[in-house]
Amino acid sequence: MIEDALAYLTDADSWWGRNGLVNLTWNHVRLSGAALLAAIVLAVPPALLLGHRHRGGLLTVTLVNLSRALPTFAVIAFVLPVSYQLDLGLGFWPTFVALVLLALPPVFVNAYTGVDDVDAAVVEAARGMGMRESEVLRRVEVPAAMPLLAAGVRVSAVQVVATTTLGTLVGYRCLGTPIIQGIAERDYGKVLAAAVIVAALSLLTDAAFGALGRRLTPWADNPTIETKASVQHAT
Amino acid sequence: MSQPVAIRLEQVCKRYPGAAGLAVDHLDLEIPTGEIVALVGPSGCGKTTTLKMINRLIEPTSGTIEIHGRPADELPVHELRRGIGYVIQQTGLFPHKTVAGNIATVPRLLGWDKARTRERVEELVDLVGLERQMLDRYPSALSGGQQQRVGVARALAADPPILLMDEPYSAVDPIVRARLQDELLDLQRRVHKTIVLVTHDVDEALKLGDRVVILNVGGVLEQAAPPAEILADPASPFVADFLGEELGLKRLALLRVRDITPDTGPVAEVGDDADSVRALMQEHRVTWFGIREHGRLLGWQWGSTLDGEVRADGAEPFRTVVSPDTTLRSALDGIVNSLTNVAVVIDDDGEYRGMVRIEEISEGVR
Repeated sequence: MIEDALAYLTDADSWWGRNGLVNLTWNHVRLSGAALLAAIVLAVPPALLLGHRHRGGLLTVTLVNLSRALPTFAVIAFVLPVSYQLDLGLGFWPTFVALVLLALPPVFVNAYTGVDDVDAAVVEAARGMGMRESEVLRRVEVPAAMPLLAAGVRVSAVQVVATTTLGTLVGYRCLGTPIIQGIAERDYGKVLAAAVIVAALSLLTDAAFGALGRRLTPWADNPTIETKASVQHAT
Repeated sequence: MSQPVAIRLEQVCKRYPGAAGLAVDHLDLEIPTGEIVALVGPSGCGKTTTLKMINRLIEPTSGTIEIHGRPADELPVHELRRGIGYVIQQTGLFPHKTVAGNIATVPRLLGWDKARTRERVEELVDLVGLERQMLDRYPSALSGGQQQRVGVARALAADPPILLMDEPYSAVDPIVRARLQDELLDLQRRVHKTIVLVTHDVDEALKLGDRVVILNVGGVLEQAAPPAEILADPASPFVADFLGEELGLKRLALLRVRDITPDTGPVAEVGDDADSVRALMQEHRVTWFGIREHGRLLGWQWGSTLDGEVRADGAEPFRTVVSPDTTLRSALDGIVNSLTNVAVVIDDDGEYRGMVRIEEISEGVR
């Protein structure tokens, strides 16, 4: 099987063309990136505002619990007819919506917790020195929450990259495609090769966001903070 | 009060929502320009509430607060605060900013240019006794004492005339605390700010305050006076109780050797004969004598060991030597530890200024 996988990977035909690995990887990354970006845009502003006001702790917990119970594949199946009705096609949009829902909770929870948890003395000092509320949020709370926020984005990014594979089931051409094809063709070397590529892409994403996080927060020398509010999800 | 009033509280009350009683009860207070005023009292006495009403982190329920003659609520709150330095117990340093970035906070809010900010930051680091190489470190890499110094530098950045300090030293260990207290007094001699300091430690209040304001539970003013006055004449049983034990020693800690008149003591010159030395010892009712040569005190010698005339090489050094700046408390400590029961006063030029005995000290506090 490993030989089959290597044969598949070393065949130039596997890489180029419409169903080639290059194109599929690009589609995969494109959808993952779009979903992650949308989740950040949707989750971060309200999370920061709620965190600043220390309101919405219950909402946060509810959101996490709800998201854990939500199977991504069911969401895809649920959005599929809606997307079809709206003439948005089958593959991209149903998967996109499901991935955004998957990515939202860790980003939201970590952004909220990050700001909510900023040392009260730090915030009081900021106010006491004459910062306006907007300056307290922008100059102090958001930067201080950055390690946690970055960790949330990182967790979401890895989950999204791994889960984008499901898009193949509704006709989106991505790195799930060779897996499905391999199963249909009983070419398990192909399945293994594609699975390894997805896993490698996930690890690469994790490493890249980890490095980005450290770059953004050179002052956070405490690595445990990254796991503090990370949320585990069933996909 | 000779100095103009920097901060005036008139009939200030604070009632927290849902609380049965007042947190601050019709408080009248005048804080003179350029003085350190220490607010002290037990938990629930409203000392921190009072402090935070000055920079409006807490708004009073009633009454008026004036700062340099203008009502505190005349200015927008952020502008008022930019003119008042604020130092808190847990330092509240920004974890994501370097030491330099932390100190530059208010100058940046005020829109100072980079060169001016940088220059001021370096000046402040020197002023509070930090190394310049610390400027690029993050607060998490500093010790508690260093963090507190950065907190003070940050509060002084835009040179505000008023500094509010909320239990600034309660989170550091006693040795560092004592050093930071001394540094604050030293700093104040150079910057002459109006400082309002909150503490629960009465000894800290007595040490740092030019005036001490003692509050009781419910925000009731018990006494506001200079430390020596409070120790000499507590206004109420509560104050007397709050001051604690060893009031006499606490008063001695506020007085210095220069505040009393030392005695010349049984001092003989090198070359004096034995008879005159015996007469000297009898006059002072002691069995030893000091030996002086050219205005310098060389030491002392037991009378019984005197043989012939007074010689320089017979001198045993005094164990307790103090300067005019030494507190009477530590002079007294030295006296009880010395064989001759005196503290020798030597000034900064090495000149002999006399001897302090227990008699002179108890005279001084009377």
